[in-house]
Amino acid sequence: MPKNLSSIFERFGGVMLLPVALGLIAFVLIGRPSTWITLTAAGLAMGMMIFLMASGLSLIFGLMDVLNFGHSAFVSFGAFIAASVLAWSGVWVSGGNAGLNILALMSAIAAATAFGALAGWAFERIIVKPVYKDHLRQILITMGALIVAEELILMVWGGAPIPVPRPAVLTGSLVIGDVAIEVYRIFAFVLGLAVYIAMHLALNRTRIGLLIRAGVENREMVEALGFRVDRLFIAVFMAGSALAAAGGAMWAGYQGLITTAIGSEMMIMVFIVVIIGGLGSIEGSLLGAILVGLMANYVAFLFPKMSLASNMILMMAILLWRPFGLKPAVKG
Amino acid sequence: MSTVTISNPITTTAQRRVPAGRLFVYAIVLAIGAVLMFAPFLFPDVRAQEVAARICVFIVLVASYDLLIGYTGIVSFAHTMFFGLGAYGTAIALKTMGPGFDAILLGGSLGVLASLVLAVLIGLLSLRVKAIFFAMITLAAASVMMVLASQFFEYTGGEDGMTYTIPRFFSPANTLIADENGKAIRIFGVAANGRLALYYFIFLSSLVLFLAMLRIVASPLGTVLEAIRENEMRAEAIGYRVVAYRTSIFCIGAVIAALAGILRAVWLRYTGPDVTLSFDIMIDLLLMVVIGGMGTMMGAVIGVVIMTLAQFYLKDLMASGAAATSNVPLLPDLLNPDRWLLWLGVLFILLVYFFPAGIAGTLMGKGDHK
Repeated sequence: MPKNLSSIFERFGGVMLLPVALGLIAFVLIGRPSTWITLTAAGLAMGMMIFLMASGLSLIFGLMDVLNFGHSAFVSFGAFIAASVLAWSGVWVSGGNAGLNILALMSAIAAATAFGALAGWAFERIIVKPVYKDHLRQILITMGALIVAEELILMVWGGAPIPVPRPAVLTGSLVIGDVAIEVYRIFAFVLGLAVYIAMHLALNRTRIGLLIRAGVENREMVEALGFRVDRLFIAVFMAGSALAAAGGAMWAGYQGLITTAIGSEMMIMVFIVVIIGGLGSIEGSLLGAILVGLMANYVAFLFPKMSLASNMILMMAILLWRPFGLKPAVKG
Repeated sequence: MSTVTISNPITTTAQRRVPAGRLFVYAIVLAIGAVLMFAPFLFPDVRAQEVAARICVFIVLVASYDLLIGYTGIVSFAHTMFFGLGAYGTAIALKTMGPGFDAILLGGSLGVLASLVLAVLIGLLSLRVKAIFFAMITLAAASVMMVLASQFFEYTGGEDGMTYTIPRFFSPANTLIADENGKAIRIFGVAANGRLALYYFIFLSSLVLFLAMLRIVASPLGTVLEAIRENEMRAEAIGYRVVAYRTSIFCIGAVIAALAGILRAVWLRYTGPDVTLSFDIMIDLLLMVVIGGMGTMMGAVIGVVIMTLAQFYLKDLMASGAAATSNVPLLPDLLNPDRWLLWLGVLFILLVYFFPAGIAGTLMGKGDHK
């Protein structure tokens, strides 16, 4: 590849252009602008929700070299807790009062997030701490924890699909011309974007964020300077789990009907996102999540049977091109 | 037993301390082998034969998984994918070509070939990156395969799977040795019919595959694999091409898993996601390997037997436990037979903490070695 070509590529945003390229290709293939806009909006919303789930996993890995195969348990728990809270809220959800609607949804997400943080703390202390630095046993133990967590969900909520009431104000679609975009998708996109901006600011503008980034880069050095990276790690783990639970809560509202399979379905998505994006960076996770969200929606429209396989192929292609993902913060 | 004396000199000190444990493990495995060999005569009822055949096939499957996870330190979640490819290849061929050994041969070899190609692709693509990446990629690949199997239901039967007939030679109506009345003669009260032939087909194929794997781990290749597991950098520095070795053992494991899939498909006369591809089977495999002991072929045998017996008979026990405690809050829920995986999960976590070498490994004195 000629050098100036790749530098031009980098100057115009580098790998951040990939979603744009994907969108353009899809635009040509789909042909109808209104359909394309609807699909793109759906893809972006889906991407943002997956981003919520994936970013925590990515940071956890980057900071402490711990890959939590049980991450999707937090997603499932978040989804089921949000479903229960929304079901209890009753008329707050179904009534026409927009304030109460939002309040009910927010309390559902807050309950899921709080549970995620608490469960994350317990999970880190009990499950993960004894097996730092031992990848094989980490994979096995977190997998075992995932089994236990899924069984607990089955025990509490049962195996039947659970309907998730959607707040009245977030139902329906916004119609502009012949383009219809579901309100919930806009809400999901805005919320995801807000979380991303908050995370970006926290990581780049605060002292804790500085320490986290330094820890991802070189943990021993930060420890040598006298900082307790393990304490920082608990905080990151809790935050990551809380985000996963929040993502699960949003996803539950988006789906409208959840089963216990939600965890394993999302786990695949989250893994693909983390691998595409590169471990340890939230920019990478965002990029990967949006790529996966767009791809899933475009392909589901164009070739319905290839929807999940397309993301797999995307992942394979990106791994061939960049073996460590698009924007890795940790190498190797 | 002669096997004790001819092992490598490094572990001799450990052996001198606990030769009894090693002997004990070999004795158990031999006993299991003997029971499986005479299973149709010892347990003539249908359910027990089902259990015995399942144990045979899973010993092969789990041992081939142990080649990866225990001997080489590769964590793959795609093992059921290869198992399923073998099973589906056979099943589709039997369904479309009709019952016949040619169908089993053709479909089975296509399944094995597909497994091999996929394994080479996945291996070359991702075994050069970290173990954790590999685990994630194989997990994703396996779930994609699962979705594909249910989406292309015209060929695979979707979620319901498919039933088919197997060659007449293996059907209970086939008489192997006829007596003067033209009926199958009874050996120790067991009719010498096609069902018996099928069981011995499964048993002997499994035995051959298992012995082949024992040979592999005893060969120089097995030693290199253990070296890679213990210290990848060092193995590379000595001059072994780690990626090539990893890819080759991944392919060997995939092929053996596919062969096990053929056996499963022929025995069950049914192939569907639940019995081959599903994530539950993958979890079973993991549990069996870890319970039995990673890095020992003997462990695979012990793990499979314990887990399979637990699956078939522990559920009954739990049901009676739940019934007995039905007036205590929460306990019946915990003892509900559907929740048995919960307890296995807890057991699994405890095992990984305290006995990472598993039953066989701990007994054989490998407990101190991580």
